[in-house]
Amino acid sequence: MEPLRIHTGIVCPLNRSNVDTDQIIPKQFLKRIERSGFGQFLFYHWRFDDDGNLRKDFSMNHPKYQGASILVAGENFGCGSSREHAPWAIQDYGFKVVIAQSYADIFKNNCVKNGILTIQASEEQVQSIMRKAENEEYSLTVNLENQVVTDNQGLEFTFDIAPYPKEMLLNGWDEIGVTLNYEEQISTYELARK
Amino acid sequence: MQKPKNIIQKVWEQHVVHQEAGKPDLLYIDLHLVHEVTSPQAFEGLRMNGRKVRRPDLTYATMDHNVSTKDRNVIKDPISKKQIDTLKENCQEFGVELSDRQHPDNGIVHVIGPELGLTQPGKTIVCGDSHTSTHGAFGALAFGIGTSEVEHVLATQTLWQAPPKTMKVKVNGKLGTGVTAKDLILAIIGKFGVQFGTGYVMEYTGEAIRSLSMEERMTVCNMSIEAGARAGLISPDETTFEYLKGRRHIPKGEAFEEAVANWRALATDEGAQYDAVVEIEASEVEPQVTWGTNPGMCIPITASVPNPDHEEKANKKDEISRALQYMGLEAGQPISSVEIDHVFIGSCTNSRLSDLRKAAEVVRGHKVNPKVKAIVVPGSFSVKLAAEKEGIDQIFKESGFEWREAGCSMCLAMNDDIVPPGGRCASTSNRNFEGRQGNGSRTHLVSPEMAAAAAVAGHFVDVRKFTAQEVL
Repeated sequence: MEPLRIHTGIVCPLNRSNVDTDQIIPKQFLKRIERSGFGQFLFYHWRFDDDGNLRKDFSMNHPKYQGASILVAGENFGCGSSREHAPWAIQDYGFKVVIAQSYADIFKNNCVKNGILTIQASEEQVQSIMRKAENEEYSLTVNLENQVVTDNQGLEFTFDIAPYPKEMLLNGWDEIGVTLNYEEQISTYELARK
Repeated sequence: MQKPKNIIQKVWEQHVVHQEAGKPDLLYIDLHLVHEVTSPQAFEGLRMNGRKVRRPDLTYATMDHNVSTKDRNVIKDPISKKQIDTLKENCQEFGVELSDRQHPDNGIVHVIGPELGLTQPGKTIVCGDSHTSTHGAFGALAFGIGTSEVEHVLATQTLWQAPPKTMKVKVNGKLGTGVTAKDLILAIIGKFGVQFGTGYVMEYTGEAIRSLSMEERMTVCNMSIEAGARAGLISPDETTFEYLKGRRHIPKGEAFEEAVANWRALATDEGAQYDAVVEIEASEVEPQVTWGTNPGMCIPITASVPNPDHEEKANKKDEISRALQYMGLEAGQPISSVEIDHVFIGSCTNSRLSDLRKAAEVVRGHKVNPKVKAIVVPGSFSVKLAAEKEGIDQIFKESGFEWREAGCSMCLAMNDDIVPPGGRCASTSNRNFEGRQGNGSRTHLVSPEMAAAAAVAGHFVDVRKFTAQEVL
């Protein structure tokens, strides 16, 4: 997993709430047994019409958001199915950071495992970022170490993140490798429970 | 005296392997259920790192999402077939027990876990599937995980988890006649919203919950995730022990009595505290129908579809308008006037024997409306056989339903049971998201009884009146 410390990127707005993982990656793409290559299917039925053409009215398709790496959305982002294909698709498309008012628990967990930072921001902050991103080509800088988001127009706000996911993201650790160092504790627990 | 604890806290404490500052708890997992969709990349990860499955004996696999409900032996889609075959190969390579497509124990993972007695009170249970919350009905701490966590559990039998906040969901009084566990959980989500449970594990309590059967409790706990809660559970009681007794993986004889004593002690203590409490009156719950594109968008059968103009907040207005547009509904339209062309009775929410019995009672002697394609998909082989023994299949078939093999089927349409674009389905499943049952499909979540009545009428009807007409 790639470490994430400071990231600057173009912001793509997705002004919707309760975006479920069925929308992020529809079920017909869950049949693949690979872990990569899901970006092409991200928001498939919102991005493409039934003939496979780009839908002009979907924000992500606008030329100014090409190359965007920060996704901004409303409340309860990533609700529903536990499919990790959702963060795989988000990451493979090129997003490294998501900013939203709130997240579903499983989705948020899945993001950390894939090196994607999910920032929880207030409705005001999200709406302000959304407006700017809709009106101009807009970039943000996210500093995970200091837990702060800035733009070049004077915006600055801090965000919360628990120490453990922060450490995982900063270092890009393989979590299983870390846990296997606790083999003794796990074995002791198993023995005590027998 | 020890501080009173709720069941969530008790189960958690029993499973903490290790604690240290700045880290979540390292939690031991007692049962890991595996299916074909969310596991291939996890097994591949093990292979790439030369790791093994630490406890194959605590791991159990089934195939359910991709299987055909028409012919168990045929999977037309080569990519689906590859996923199914991959699970089989992985289980062989890593020594994991599997009930494959033809196995008599096969079925939806959340139906067979309890059937086999793998699901037990006080266990920590995970699966790469958000509806793992179902197993909470037994007083297990059961939650869905992603594929990275599946790999983590396979390799270590543990997960790093921050202790959850706890919430008591108290259901006072009794449910009315014709009002089901499905209506109750939909009404709870409708009242409190699709994210009131985020960050929490819920415990359902109160008179109405106590009087539910195990299968009804599973329906309630199953949809905890639709309220945002990763897990929802119910303290075990006599109903739980009665259900479990004699099942394959349940201890026998004296060992059973000992287990029951331990399980009984898990129930929430008198006076235990929670981080949050919500309450609902069971007597006020009516049969529910979802009108929109998430499970919180639901109304009683007696009500009308909401009007976005009555909303003050712009984003709420937009959300309703977009949902109405997707669903092809008019603001203010009575939900009972909505005509359907598909009925799906099945899924890990409502495919157990009692669900099928109740739906069959509604359709008995009636014909499915000619414009409706109606299918019944039992949750497992064992449910199917039991239903056939009672003649339930005959009731459905005589009325015009298709009687299918077990699987997840039309709940998420990963196999070939698909609602076509623009099609409208009364479904006993758990999600009415856009395109869930097929690209462009429109899903209305209901109870099995309501789905059965809609199949006959061709539109939504109040099953309470439908039954009354029958009596007259």
